[in-house]
Amino acid sequence: MSERSKTPSKVQTVNPLVAIVGNPNAGKTTLFNSLTGAHQKVGNYPGVTVEKVSGELSLSNRRVECIDVPGLYSLNPVSSDEEVAVEVIHGRGYGARVPDLLVCVVNADNLERNLFFISQLADQGLPIVVALTMTDLLRSSGRVIDVARLSNLLGVDVVEVVGHKGKGVPALLDAIERNLEKPRRLKDISGRPSSLETKAAVLRERFARAGLDFSTSTIGDALGEPNTELEQSLQDVPELKTAFDDAVADLNPEPPASGSEVSSRYEWSAMVSRAVIRAGEHTLRKKSRSDQIDYLLTHRVFGLIFFFGVMYLTFQSIYTFAQPLMDWMSGGFDWIGKVIGNQLEGVPILKSLIVDGLIHGVGTMLTFLPQILILFLFIALLEGTGYLARAAFLMDRLLGWCGLNGRAFIPLLSSFACAIPGIMSARVMPDAKSRLATIMVAPLMSCSARLPVYLLLIGTFIEPRFGPAWAGFTLFAMHLLGLAVAIPVVYVLNRGVIKGKRLPFLLELPPYQWPKWRDVWLTMYFRGKVFVTTAGTIIVYMSILIWFLSYFPRSNDASQRFRTEYVASHAQASPADTDQYVQEQQLAHSFLGTFGRTIEPVFRPAGFDWRITTAILSAFPARETVVPSLGIIFSLGEGDEKDVKYSSGLRHALGKATWPDGRPLMTPWTAVGLMVFFALCAQCMATLATVKRETNSWKWPLFMFSYMTILAYIGAVVIYQVGRLFGA
Amino acid sequence: MQGIAVEMKFSEVRKGMKGRVVRIDSSANALTRLQEMGLTVGTEFVVNKVAPFGDPVEISLRGYRLCLRRKETEGIEIEALA
Repeated sequence: MSERSKTPSKVQTVNPLVAIVGNPNAGKTTLFNSLTGAHQKVGNYPGVTVEKVSGELSLSNRRVECIDVPGLYSLNPVSSDEEVAVEVIHGRGYGARVPDLLVCVVNADNLERNLFFISQLADQGLPIVVALTMTDLLRSSGRVIDVARLSNLLGVDVVEVVGHKGKGVPALLDAIERNLEKPRRLKDISGRPSSLETKAAVLRERFARAGLDFSTSTIGDALGEPNTELEQSLQDVPELKTAFDDAVADLNPEPPASGSEVSSRYEWSAMVSRAVIRAGEHTLRKKSRSDQIDYLLTHRVFGLIFFFGVMYLTFQSIYTFAQPLMDWMSGGFDWIGKVIGNQLEGVPILKSLIVDGLIHGVGTMLTFLPQILILFLFIALLEGTGYLARAAFLMDRLLGWCGLNGRAFIPLLSSFACAIPGIMSARVMPDAKSRLATIMVAPLMSCSARLPVYLLLIGTFIEPRFGPAWAGFTLFAMHLLGLAVAIPVVYVLNRGVIKGKRLPFLLELPPYQWPKWRDVWLTMYFRGKVFVTTAGTIIVYMSILIWFLSYFPRSNDASQRFRTEYVASHAQASPADTDQYVQEQQLAHSFLGTFGRTIEPVFRPAGFDWRITTAILSAFPARETVVPSLGIIFSLGEGDEKDVKYSSGLRHALGKATWPDGRPLMTPWTAVGLMVFFALCAQCMATLATVKRETNSWKWPLFMFSYMTILAYIGAVVIYQVGRLFGA
Repeated sequence: MQGIAVEMKFSEVRKGMKGRVVRIDSSANALTRLQEMGLTVGTEFVVNKVAPFGDPVEISLRGYRLCLRRKETEGIEIEALA
């Protein structure tokens, strides 16, 4: 198949660009998925958080590059995301170029509002093909649309498509090909008292009387873009030139859509809508099936019950269904590590690098996948059926008063299981400011990785002394703490830190539909892929870095010294005990351990000694490793916290640990302080890597790390010092 | 003969009301997007539902359903119908 176009007058050096545009909920992404399938690329427009979704389309005699432009209600942007989308349509900035053709997806079930957008596109003058979707929905409500008439009224090709079934797609591809050769543009929208058209019409009369023959649309264009031919001919007729210049001055700069301009666009769209849709009511819908379902699902009482049920199911699935998968993957990676480790016995450094650094890092990173995939399965289902919008509607009041909006509940709720999929899911929020605020506080929701630490400390210091009731309460309080801190943080972020205006909360409730399975699988696939290739690689690099810092410096002499030292002071030293001691000392003298000991004075006001500090540092790649690290530091070797013997041994060691002067290291107060530190600090590097990817900058993860660590530090210090005051 | 038209603020609507927009304070920039969504002067709408805590409000207009916060409709005046 030749890459070159068959038209002799054009030599294609770059593939033509087709941009798919349209309202949200018009089936744009479904159409894009059925055109490109898995052959999509997901990236970022430079410098912004808007994702660039593109793919290649194969037409009969050429390839075409296709981009899925984010859904737009209007070409007048109110948010930075929308600004990017509009600039992409115009081919300005963000590495975009002017599209050769627009495919505008128009929702037949919501024609008036979709045509409003079309009327704005008409002003742009780009070639357009209309893909008419949701005609099946229209038919099921007893109405019919006259596609041919619509095509006539608009002046462009209108192709009916049922995106997920692939119906109409061949016709659409034909239309795209035809329009790349011979572009058609939207007609001048008649009946629209556009000031531009009125002026152009008036000028046309005056020019004609002076013998200058230009069409209204040419003059209209010339009022916007310089037209040297026209302006040349005006040179000889000064009063016409003045009239023309006045008209240009009048029109520039274009004022934002004033009420009357919007109204007149809607007059046009209502007129077209009435002309092409037959039977049934146009404006006010009778009770449809969606209305009936919503009677229950947005009901004051039942709606909330159903909502909590769905959320519980989602949350539980992430927690419980992901867990076996994660354990299985962990086990698998451990096994791979052992096998490869055996092969590398003779080269201990290399062995440790590969097993403890690389394989461990990759394994840690990949174990996040089950949670991510399951969460996005639910999100895709909720979004595809239309329920997500209902849930946002129910939750908006609760979340709105502190500066977020109803859509934030999914990211925040999922973050209670794990912040990584939670932060990724913030993309359901179209408003960049709220989205960023949500991302910034998502890690404050006590994630499941903090649980082993809580259980360990509560089990050691709270339960034995205060009983199970207090133990349960403490656990609950830790989870609540994150939520309680998040509220003022969001408030401050929205007031001061995050720039930009907030979008008005306008939420469309689409009709309920069966989810489109291809869209669901593709969502899961691309989210997983994006995670592994972006945040995932950062996690692996950081794991190797932490490995390096905790392994080196190391020498055989030093190991020998530790060994001799231990044996000398412990008559009954078993080989296992000796090994564990050596391991502890090696960690203590590594870069990480030395760093921990150096910064110990900083953490002493919080009641932490160098051992706790080092354990916290070593948990940077993933919070779960804090327990095995504590194990190593307290000379128990590395073990699994689920192993009862190991965990009770660790609890015993923690309970008995002392400062050099003999004071107990940990008391219930310091334990609480440590838990508070864990609850509030941001030393999960996997989270930071995800934030980097989702915000497309290092500024935000850095800020997150700083503010959370400061809050955590203050919290731990206050608790410890207050405890000291009361002699605890 | 004209009946007495009851004029009120959009933010005061209640469930089940049918209304028509009579005036929009055009200086409010935030209302531009609302109008672009179809809530223009002369548009008729029905209030389907109010969320459990009083806000947002769900309306049907121009053949589709839209939720909006009462506070964000400052400046829109409507007349209640039937």
